[in-house]
Amino acid sequence: MNSVLKIIAQRLALGLLTLFIVSIVIFAAVNLLPGDFAQAILGQGATPEAVEAIRTDLGLDQHPVKRYMQWLGGALQGDLGNSFAQANFASFVGDDSGVRTSVAQQIAPRFANTMFLAGVTAAIAVPFAVTLGILAALYRNSVFDRATNILTLSSISSPEFFLAYVLILFLAVLNPWLPSLSNIYDGMAFSERLEKTLLPALTLTLVVTAHMMRMTRAAIINLLASPYIEMARLKGINPMRVIVRHALPNALAPIINVIALNLAYLITGVVVVEVVFVYPGIGQLFVDSVKIRDIPVVQACCLIFAAAYILLNLTADILSIVSNPRLRHPK
Amino acid sequence: MSNDAFKDAETLVEMKGIWMEGRSDEDWHPIINGVDLTLRKGEVLGLIGESGAGKSTLGLASMGFCRDGVRISKGSVMFDGIDLLAASSEEKRQLLGKRIAYVAQSAAASFNPAHRLIDQHTEAPIQHGVMSKDESEADGMELYRKLRLPNPDEIGFRYPHQVSGGQLQRAMTAMAMACRPDLIIFDEPTTALDVTTQIEVLASIREIVEEFDTAAIYITHDLAVVAQMADTIKVLLKGDEVEEAETREMLSHPTQDYTKSLWAVREFQRPQKPAVITGSTPVISVKNVTAAYGKIDVLHDVSFDIHEGRTVAVVGESGSGKSTTARCITGLLPPRIGSIELDGNPLPLDYRKRDRSQLQKIQMIYQMADTALNPRQTVGDIIGRPVEFYTGLTGKARRKRVEELMDQIELPASQFIDRLPSEMSGGQKQRVGIARSLAAEPEFIICDEVTSALDQLVAEGILRLLADLQDKLNLSYMFITHDLATVKSIADEVVVMKDGDVIEQGPKTEMFTPPHHAYTDLLLSSVPEMDPDWLTNLLKERGVDNIGDAAVGKIT
Repeated sequence: MNSVLKIIAQRLALGLLTLFIVSIVIFAAVNLLPGDFAQAILGQGATPEAVEAIRTDLGLDQHPVKRYMQWLGGALQGDLGNSFAQANFASFVGDDSGVRTSVAQQIAPRFANTMFLAGVTAAIAVPFAVTLGILAALYRNSVFDRATNILTLSSISSPEFFLAYVLILFLAVLNPWLPSLSNIYDGMAFSERLEKTLLPALTLTLVVTAHMMRMTRAAIINLLASPYIEMARLKGINPMRVIVRHALPNALAPIINVIALNLAYLITGVVVVEVVFVYPGIGQLFVDSVKIRDIPVVQACCLIFAAAYILLNLTADILSIVSNPRLRHPK
Repeated sequence: MSNDAFKDAETLVEMKGIWMEGRSDEDWHPIINGVDLTLRKGEVLGLIGESGAGKSTLGLASMGFCRDGVRISKGSVMFDGIDLLAASSEEKRQLLGKRIAYVAQSAAASFNPAHRLIDQHTEAPIQHGVMSKDESEADGMELYRKLRLPNPDEIGFRYPHQVSGGQLQRAMTAMAMACRPDLIIFDEPTTALDVTTQIEVLASIREIVEEFDTAAIYITHDLAVVAQMADTIKVLLKGDEVEEAETREMLSHPTQDYTKSLWAVREFQRPQKPAVITGSTPVISVKNVTAAYGKIDVLHDVSFDIHEGRTVAVVGESGSGKSTTARCITGLLPPRIGSIELDGNPLPLDYRKRDRSQLQKIQMIYQMADTALNPRQTVGDIIGRPVEFYTGLTGKARRKRVEELMDQIELPASQFIDRLPSEMSGGQKQRVGIARSLAAEPEFIICDEVTSALDQLVAEGILRLLADLQDKLNLSYMFITHDLATVKSIADEVVVMKDGDVIEQGPKTEMFTPPHHAYTDLLLSSVPEMDPDWLTNLLKERGVDNIGDAAVGKIT
């Protein structure tokens, strides 16, 4: 188990390094985009003076390297800075109240919503996909297996917004069971929140099921030729038990890895679904911030996305190790 | 015991006119061609044959089971009045594990790595409703005790990787016994084991089969093993039955030529060469080598010499350090202490620091010709590449040299030069491996278990070839093997290794005449002989606690 702790420590250190590099790349990339926040927010009515005033206010007139170092200094102390878009500009409104909404304050509720959506989706999709995968492996090459493959592959191949509208049509319009808008706000009861989240969660389930189901099926079938599976069959064990008890525990590592990748996708890549259902997640905020070059928010979002990938992959690796009895029970 | 002893017993398995086919690509090709098999209650039938004879396929068919891509095209299998081929898979499942059990070749691969031994043991009794979990666990421990597994009350709670190969094989026999079946199929249960371990497993299998009066089909390619285990022997060749007879009858009076040729295999023996002149320089000298993987020493102060034109057999069980010594000589594993000398001159320890002529003089032939040959290159390329690399020949000269080499290994170039490894048999592939090492024109060749993956007749051909080449080209061999029959047939000198130490070394004639070192003695006495009473006599002589791992443990 000490080796596991060592791996965790190493991977976390590497993860921090990755985050650092991500922050440089994102900062540079946003700076490479044409225009900056001042131009974006002022739009067509921008006068050179107004642009200049906002730039001075936000420090955008300083050299990018200096700005990055200032941001990094703050970030290392836990201060992710203030969102440009939430600032009141003295030069703009006439008086600066001094009150600034920090990036953290702005992102926190959105991030919580995203995690809630991802959590609900995972709770539905993971058991669903793994069960489907097991059944497909059990009845491999049957009509059931083929139908499952065709359906999951069609759903992953269709655009997300299309799936979303199909679900809205059937579950909200023709049969008004679920609300088609997911306006979530603070202080909502859990059950109500769950109800409003269900439709986007189902849409996402359709998107992520195929990967996990097909990997489960493939990983299990891959093991079916092994001598210990033949042994189990020759012991007269029923086919379902052969798969669940003898094949599945040895097929966990690849399945866990695919689950982790899909969970990471649920946190970082669901902006289209958020837009369709007007779900206040982090994805929309991120896209809006890129549009107006709101660098502190973009940076924070990217760090969260990168951290999600790093932590989920780390978890997957640890679980893969732990699922191996040779490592759990050394000689 | 004779066949007559079972004449009155009820028939348990009756296979009639079995034809089986296997699928490769889209075609079905024959595996078993009309074999009959009758097994009475309590009888042990030995099925022997070389690889590809169809013995495992036939063994599984007697359980009504076919592997993927195999089918029974004709014939009938009756088990105690039940037609297994007509039975539904549900009916067959009720028999498998409960009344018919299976012991696989590799217990290490056939135990599920994810579960404890005892949980796998109790699975069949629980699922078939024969016993409760507690009953079956207690019974399992009792069986472990009967099979003389160490710590019978505790060993079941371990995972398969925590238990040694010989112990796993016995645990698997216990598992097969869990429901007290009427029939057990033993599919080469000791092939993967060392000789000292094998004898222990053989003794326990025989004892428990006798105690519960279980009928068994014992599949093996080793005649001496089957002679100890079976009442009746059936010989198969390429899917055809050659003959069947009671064991003693079969051993003393085989009627068919093929059977006689199998019996004759072990008679190849090359005379030992005269002792080397004292003071001559050895081709290879291993001097006080201590080597380690990581921080753990696996070789301790190993020294021996190999002289010109001589064969030194390095003998020992798995983990004794034979192959590690070879890795030290080739420079793949630089020794921690000690040196390797070639013709009296010290070699750089790391192969990367050796020059081409030093590399050229030491070549290797590998155990698995399958994996040692590049599957995408033709024979001409496989042999041609070292020819070009070491001798600089190209074009026609290279081709001529390749043809010469193929002549030496007795594979006609006109027929084989453009073949891929997948288009050749195991023995032919091993010959190509030999030609590849000869291509470098070496002085010294390390043969690492070169015959252990081959059938006996083929292996003998390879040994004869190696002996001829040695005489013609004045080669020196280091012959790594765990098979003492091979040592007897080809070695001039013998080095016995155990746990990284050289236990004993000397000329072959001395090594095979008493007195021996205790370990050498154990090794020698553990090799099964073609005498049906061998195991019985040995157990009588030594007692059950003085064979196998238990005896190894007593030697310090």
